[in-house]
Amino acid sequence: MRKLLLYIIILTTGIIFLARLFYLQIMDDSFTVRSQDNAIEVVYDYPQRGYISDRNGKLMVSNQPSYDVMAIPRNLKPFDTTEFCEILSIEPEELGRRLDKAKIYSPILPSVIIPQLTKSEYAYLQEKMRKYEGFYIQKRSLRDYQVDHSANVLGYITQVNQKKVNEDPYYISGDLIGRSGVESVYEELLRGEKGVKYIQKDRFNRNIGPYKDGIYDTLPTKGKDISITIDAELQAYGEKLMKNKRGGIVAIEPGSGEILSLVTAPNYDPALLVGRKRSPNYTRLYYDSIAQPLYDRGLLAEYPPGSPFKALTALIGLQEGVVDTDDRFSCNNGYNYGARRPLGCHAHPSPLDMVPGIAHSCNAYFAQVYRKTIEKHPTPQEGIDTWNKHLKSFGLGQFMGNDLSTGRPGKIPDAEYYNRIYNYPTYKWYSTATISNAIGQGEVLMTPIQLANMTATIANRGWYYTPHILKKVEGDPIKEEKFTVKNKTTVDTKHFDPVVEGMHQVYKSGTARSLQIPGIEIAGKTGTAENFTKIDGKRTQLTDHSIFVAFAPVDNPKIAIAVFVENGYWGSRYAGRIASLMVEKYIKREITRTDMEDWILNHSLEDEYAKPLSGEPFIINR
Amino acid sequence: MGKGVTGFDWITILIYLLLVGFGWANIYSASLTESHTSFLEFNQIYSKQGLWIILSFLLIIILLSIEAKFYQRFSSVIYAISLLSLAGLFIFGSTIAGQTAWYQIGSISIQPAEFAKAATALAVAKYLSGIQTNIKDFKHQLRVFLIIALPLILVLLQPDAGSAVVYFSFAFALYREGLHFAYLLLGFFAATLFVATLAFGPLWVIGGVLLIAILVYLKNLKRRPNILKYLFFAAVAIGFSLSVNYVFENVFKQHHRDRFNIVLGKEVDARGIGYNTNQSEIAIGSGGLFGKGWTEGTQTKGHFVPEQHTDYIFSTVGEEWGFLGSTFILALFVLLMLRLLYLAERQRSTFNRVYGYGVIGIIFMHFLVNIGMVIGVFPTVGIPLPFLSYGGSGLWAFTILLFIFIKLDSDRMSF
Repeated sequence: MRKLLLYIIILTTGIIFLARLFYLQIMDDSFTVRSQDNAIEVVYDYPQRGYISDRNGKLMVSNQPSYDVMAIPRNLKPFDTTEFCEILSIEPEELGRRLDKAKIYSPILPSVIIPQLTKSEYAYLQEKMRKYEGFYIQKRSLRDYQVDHSANVLGYITQVNQKKVNEDPYYISGDLIGRSGVESVYEELLRGEKGVKYIQKDRFNRNIGPYKDGIYDTLPTKGKDISITIDAELQAYGEKLMKNKRGGIVAIEPGSGEILSLVTAPNYDPALLVGRKRSPNYTRLYYDSIAQPLYDRGLLAEYPPGSPFKALTALIGLQEGVVDTDDRFSCNNGYNYGARRPLGCHAHPSPLDMVPGIAHSCNAYFAQVYRKTIEKHPTPQEGIDTWNKHLKSFGLGQFMGNDLSTGRPGKIPDAEYYNRIYNYPTYKWYSTATISNAIGQGEVLMTPIQLANMTATIANRGWYYTPHILKKVEGDPIKEEKFTVKNKTTVDTKHFDPVVEGMHQVYKSGTARSLQIPGIEIAGKTGTAENFTKIDGKRTQLTDHSIFVAFAPVDNPKIAIAVFVENGYWGSRYAGRIASLMVEKYIKREITRTDMEDWILNHSLEDEYAKPLSGEPFIINR
Repeated sequence: MGKGVTGFDWITILIYLLLVGFGWANIYSASLTESHTSFLEFNQIYSKQGLWIILSFLLIIILLSIEAKFYQRFSSVIYAISLLSLAGLFIFGSTIAGQTAWYQIGSISIQPAEFAKAATALAVAKYLSGIQTNIKDFKHQLRVFLIIALPLILVLLQPDAGSAVVYFSFAFALYREGLHFAYLLLGFFAATLFVATLAFGPLWVIGGVLLIAILVYLKNLKRRPNILKYLFFAAVAIGFSLSVNYVFENVFKQHHRDRFNIVLGKEVDARGIGYNTNQSEIAIGSGGLFGKGWTEGTQTKGHFVPEQHTDYIFSTVGEEWGFLGSTFILALFVLLMLRLLYLAERQRSTFNRVYGYGVIGIIFMHFLVNIGMVIGVFPTVGIPLPFLSYGGSGLWAFTILLFIFIKLDSDRMSF
C-alpha cells in the first residue's frame, strides 16, 4: 500500500487532466470561436456596386460614397455624448438604444450606429473622430440615381436583414443588398466581391500584422456594370402619361423579348429610398394602402384581359379548324345562347366575318367561334383542355420564367377547375357555362406583361422570346438560353395573318380609328373590362378598366405594348391614347399629336378612384 | 565512477531531453515578437533559454562526474548553504513584482528557492537514512518536519506561496518510510476544510461540521460514545476553519484572495481577475485535436495569455499542438514519474530511495499545481512547469534535482 499510493495519485491526476483537456479541446467548440473573436479582426473592403445603364447606354444608376458610423461595443470608452449627438443630430436616448442593441448583437463585432451620413456630416465628424474611441467610419457606396423614374424596375438597396445574414455567409450585419427589381435579381452581378483582411490582434487589441501573413486575405472585386433592356426615354414618357392614373404599361421588342418599358402607376422617385431619409420614405410608401405605389401593377395586377383576348379566340378557332376567315356570324346586339341574359354587344354592321369581327370587336362573333372550338370535342372537358393547352403556349396562366423580381401567373382555367366549381359529375356543365372566356372575361386573368407578351407573339406571327430585362453584362450581350431560344406557340403561322389584319383594321376602320399614327402602320385591339370591389361587404361594380394592346409597324414589328388603366371606362379612351402615344414616341422619337398628349396629361382619374372611398352612392361609367 | 554511461537510466534522460527540447520550441513561439532578427540575439527570451539548456548539459556532465557518495556526505552542508542563501535574500536580495526572491548578479538573476527544493530533498533523505532515525517516533517526526519547515517558512516570507506549497510533497517520501497514514488524512481534511471555508464561508463550514458530528454521534449512540471526544474534534475543525478565514481575510493580500476566488468560481469577470485562466482556457480550447501549428497560435502570437513563456507555457502547447501535443506532454510527465518510482523502489539504500521519492514528489507537485492552474481546475499559483517553463534557475534546479538521482541510481550497487 505504501508503495502503491503515489502510483495511484500520479495516474489519477494524469487521467483527470486528460479528461479536462479532452473537454476543452475536443468537446467544447466555443473556445475556437472566442479565440477568433479576440485574436483575429476581420476587416472588409467594400467594392463599388455595378452601374446600371439603359438599352441605349444612358446611365441610370451610379454610386455615391456614403459613410456609416460604426461601433465596436467592447472598444468604446466614455465620450462626450452631448457633442456626439449634436453633430449627428440624434437623440441621446436613441443613441443609447442603438448602442445597447449593438452590444446585444455582439460586443466585439462592428454594428452600424448611424447609417449613411451626408458629406457635410462626415466632414465635420471626421475631425472629431479620434475623441470617440470604439467608433469608426465605414465607407460604403450608395446608389446615385441619374433618373427620377423606373423605381419599380431598378429596385433599391438596403441593409441586409438578419435572416439573410444567417442564411448566406457572404453577408454580415450592416451590408447592403438589393431588395427588389434589377438590384435584387442581379444582386450577385452588381455587388461584386468584398475584400477581406484578417488581422492578428494582441491582447491590447493592437494590430500586430496580418494573420498567417495574409494568405487568406482577398482584394475587393468591383461589381459588374449591366445594361438593361429598358428605354429610359420611353419609360420616363410612360410614367409621365400615367400621372394621376392607376395601372401599368408594358412594352416589349417582339424580335428579342426585351422589355422596353415597364411602367406602374402611381410610382415614386427612386432617390427617395437612398440615404438617411430612406426609412421614413419607405414607411410612407409602404403604408399607402390605397394607391399602393410599391405594387408593381405591370407585373402583379391580374385583370380580366377583355377584348384583346378575342385575338386568341380567333387564332385557336382557326388552328382547331372550326372556323374559316370567311365564315360569317350574325349579331343581334349580342349573342343569345339560351341563358337568361344574352351576351351583350354594341352597335355595328352584321353579320361579320373574321377581319371586321376583330375590328368591330363583335362579342357574338367570338362567342360562337369559342363555342365551336369547345364543342368540336366530345366533351366540354376535352374542349376546355385543348383550349387551355393553346393558351399555355402563349405563356399564359403560368409564371413566365422572366428575370423580374416579382410576378403573377394569371389564370387560364382548365377542365379540372370547372369540374370543381360545378361539382362534376354530380352536375354537368357545357361550353356555354364558360362562354365569357371567349371575350376575355369569365375566369380568364392576365397581367399586363402577359398581355404585352401575347401582343408580341401575335406581332411575330406565332413565337416569342421570354421577356427579360437584362441586356448586357460589362458590355457583352447575354447568352442565356432561356432568353435566346424561341418559344413556339401551338398555332400555325399562317393563321396569324387574318388576325393581324383584323387588328390592323381596328385602327383603320374599327374601334381605334381616332388613334392612328401618321406614317406608322399599327395594329391593336381595344378592351374594356368590368370590375367589382367590395364596399361594406357588398359587391359593387366600378367603372370599367380601360385596356389596349398594340404593335407597330405591322409588317416589321419594333414594339408590342399593353396598357391597362384602372377604371378608365373604355379601351380607346385612356389606354388606347396612351398606347398610341407610346408607340409614336418609341418609333418616331417625337409626338406629332400634341392635342392627344395634352388630353392625357390633363386628365386625371383621381375622382374616379375616390368614388368607392367616399362612402356615398356613386355612378359608374360616366 | 559507477559503470560508465551504461549505468545511467537512459529512459529518464530521454524523457528529460524531450521535455526540455519541446519546452524550448514552445518558449520560442510564445516569446516571438514581430521584430525578432536572429536566433543568436542574446536579448531574446528563447536564445537565453537556449543558452541555459546548453549550460545545463555542462551541468549534467559535472553532476554525473561527481562521486555519488558526495551527495550523501555533504547533504547537510548543501542544506545549510541553501538555508543561508534563502535567509540572505532578506539582506542582499532584490525585489521583483513584490517578491524578494532573487539575487541580481549583473544581468543574471538567480532564484535560490528553486535550488532549495533539491537541498531539502537531500537533507530529508540524509536524516531518514540515519541508523537511529525512526519515523514512527514523534520526536523524530518533529525533527524531519523542522527540516522541511525551515526552507518553507523562508520561502513563504518572500512571499512565494507557490514554492512553499511544493514542500508539502515530502509527505509522500515520509509516508513511504512509515509515517502514519493519519498524517496524510489529517492533511487532506485540513485542505478540504481550507477550501470549503474559502468557498462557502466559515458559517456554513461550522454548520456542516456540527451536523456531521451530531449525525455520527447519534449513529454510534448505542456504543455509548464519549461526547467530549466529539466536541473536541468539532471544536478543532471549527477553530481551524475560523483561523483560515482570519488568515485569508487579514494576512493574505488582495491578489492572493483573488487568485483563490477565481478557481472557486467567485469571480467571473473575464476582463478582470479571471483573465489569466480565461485566456489560458481559450488558447488551449481553440487548439482542437491537432493544434494550430508551431508559431501559428493566434492567442500565443497576440500574447493574450500573460506569463505564457513561464508559468503558462502549457497553454502554448495546447494551442499550437492541440489535444495530441498536450496529451504527449502529459504522457511524458506521467511516464517520467512512474519511471522514477520504479527506480526509487529498486534502490538498496534508504538515502537513495527517500531522495528519489523527494524528486518525484517535487516534480508531481509542480505538475499538479501548474497544469491544474493552466487548464483551470486549480487555483492560480505561480509555479513553473518543470523542464518546460522559461527560467535559468528553474531549469538548472530541476536538472540538478533529477540528475543527482540518476547518479545515485547508477551507483546503487555500491551499497
